[in-house]
Amino acid sequence: MIKIVKRDQPSRAIFFFTPVLAIFLTLVAGGLIFFILGFKPFEALKFFFIVPIADKYGFSELLLKATPLCLIAIGLSFCFKSNNWNIGAEGQLTFGAIVSGGVALLFYEQEGFYILPIVILAGAIGGMLYASIPAILKTYFNTNEILVSLMLVYVSKLILDYLVVGPWSNPEGFNFPETRQFSDSAKLPLLFEGLRIHAGIFLALAAVVISWFVFYKTYLGFQMKVSGFSLKTARYAGYKGKKMIILVFLISGACAGLAGVGEITGPIGQLHREISPDYGFTAIIVAFLGRLHPVGIIFASLVVAITYLGAETAQIFMQIPKYTGQVFQGMILFFLLASDYLLFFKIKFIGSKK
Amino acid sequence: MHKFLIRSFVSSLVLLFSLTVAAVAKDVKAAFVYIGPTGDHGWTYQHDVGRKAVEAAGFKTTYVEGVPESADAERVLRQLANSGHDVIFTTSFGYMNPTNKVAKEFPNVKFEHATGYKREHPNVSTYAARFYEGRTILGTIAGTMTKSNVIGYVASFPIPEVIRGINSFTLAAQKVNPNIKTKIVWAFTWYDPGKEAEAAKALIDQGADVIAQHTDSTAIVQMAEKAGVYAFGQASNMDKFAPKAVLTSVENNWGPYYVDRVKAVANGTWSQKDTWHGIGDGMVVISDLDSQMPADLRSKVKKLQADLASGKVHSFTGPIYDQKGNLMVAEGKTADDGMLAGMMTYVKGVEGDIPK
Repeated sequence: MIKIVKRDQPSRAIFFFTPVLAIFLTLVAGGLIFFILGFKPFEALKFFFIVPIADKYGFSELLLKATPLCLIAIGLSFCFKSNNWNIGAEGQLTFGAIVSGGVALLFYEQEGFYILPIVILAGAIGGMLYASIPAILKTYFNTNEILVSLMLVYVSKLILDYLVVGPWSNPEGFNFPETRQFSDSAKLPLLFEGLRIHAGIFLALAAVVISWFVFYKTYLGFQMKVSGFSLKTARYAGYKGKKMIILVFLISGACAGLAGVGEITGPIGQLHREISPDYGFTAIIVAFLGRLHPVGIIFASLVVAITYLGAETAQIFMQIPKYTGQVFQGMILFFLLASDYLLFFKIKFIGSKK
Repeated sequence: MHKFLIRSFVSSLVLLFSLTVAAVAKDVKAAFVYIGPTGDHGWTYQHDVGRKAVEAAGFKTTYVEGVPESADAERVLRQLANSGHDVIFTTSFGYMNPTNKVAKEFPNVKFEHATGYKREHPNVSTYAARFYEGRTILGTIAGTMTKSNVIGYVASFPIPEVIRGINSFTLAAQKVNPNIKTKIVWAFTWYDPGKEAEAAKALIDQGADVIAQHTDSTAIVQMAEKAGVYAFGQASNMDKFAPKAVLTSVENNWGPYYVDRVKAVANGTWSQKDTWHGIGDGMVVISDLDSQMPADLRSKVKKLQADLASGKVHSFTGPIYDQKGNLMVAEGKTADDGMLAGMMTYVKGVEGDIPK
């Protein structure tokens, strides 16, 4: 007989085990979907998860893809840990890219070591400015940050559209919606000849280290944790909630803005309408899959990044529709949320010996 | 004896050579990169119809759909170039820079980029269709069929391609009906059924009784069907989605070009080209004309179609004035390709301003 029993306390072991379980269940369900669609499940999974990263180039592409996801997810974990539901990272990414792209265009055809730091800083500031809107509205006007941050995503994309179609469009570009190419000094240096992986990965790694330090070694981290468990307790303890809310939004915005900088000054090299395949939204999955833990987020960003690459490989070699990549991302989140049930409940097998 | 030996040796060499050529020819593999899903019944759908024509001609093809114009495009292109494809068709404007970048790394792979202008390496060609010719036909029909003299036009992005279409459409409509006004709604999307339907509804509410579109979904013709106004199919024959509303469609017919280019790769005759084909070359096709159109209009349209194909009629024949009344093209002259490629002003009769 099977019996479901409520746990006295959420299990810590299960807490880190469920992401692994979710990935396993996703693979099983994914294989099943491939089978139903008429593909050989193991071969399909091989093309999805192994072939794309089997060589040096593929692995570098994985890191390139994981970099913005990791960076944004780290930023989001500051918000999520403290009960602030910033789901507008895509907008903060876009606005960061706009500000940093604008600065990069100011330095068009100029070279100098000082350009790149200014461009990067501009992106972080842009992301922070954009994240401060939902933060300020939440703290002073009690608005719902989910709605505000989400709707601002579309606003940022319209601003970007306006700029690349109008004032910032390439004067030699026949009015097509794109800016000029940035000068080399405004671009992140490549790490290896012939590969696209760029110095932006160090920004992501720095964010991982700093966030770990803040979460577990500082008073702010402790405040965030308490607020995450119970806002009332936090208020009772006398924490200055408003300051913290604004701070976590600013950190989160800066990270998303930097991710935007990494895209436009890295592989893209200019501003145009589509600078991110919704990294800001996918990073939400990454943050939760990584359990809002810096190290967990590294692994989660790699797992989710591979669903992008795998979907392309599977379509090229097996004609599997590319949109299955999104199905996989959705399944990971679904199974993760579903298996969180095990955090609070345990399944007991009761023998029928009598 | 000696001669015979040499002759047979030479002929066998020739035979061997031609056999190898034949074998190589058969092995040519073409790849297609799509911006949307193959089931959009618009832009990507028609490119995929073209791809199937290449398959039917005996070549192997691969496609990748839904490739964003972000940093991802470059990876997909490199992967296709790396996995034995000889010619790669990149079917959206935003792939322009990645196409040229990857082309540099793979000089032996041919790249064909749709709707762009950059050919930075000898292995990059560009191609596009003169859709504005089709819009001359649509304008003629719209100008004749409208009763309210207000024609709605759902536009995507303010780029020359779209402005050119609006102008060509309006000029043709004015020719048959000097009182018409073209109202534009900018949807700022190529494919978003929800937004497109809203845009169409806004135009119908403003009194438009014929709706034209420069976006890809079938939402607009379906909205027109519901509201009881006329519309035109975009990219593919959309008649089955709105049989009463759709008077005709302008179809993008890429197949002949694709087969031609892949064959050229197979024969070793491929060379860099900038192709801009219209009705005459069959890249732009007008679907069957609806029987709701009066017979004399139908025969007029047929004749116009033939004249556009032969070059007797040009969509942009002067005198053409802009909105402020300045002369754009003098009487008896036609706009050259340079002017068409950079067209960023409305002609007289279009309402509103180009978003800046």
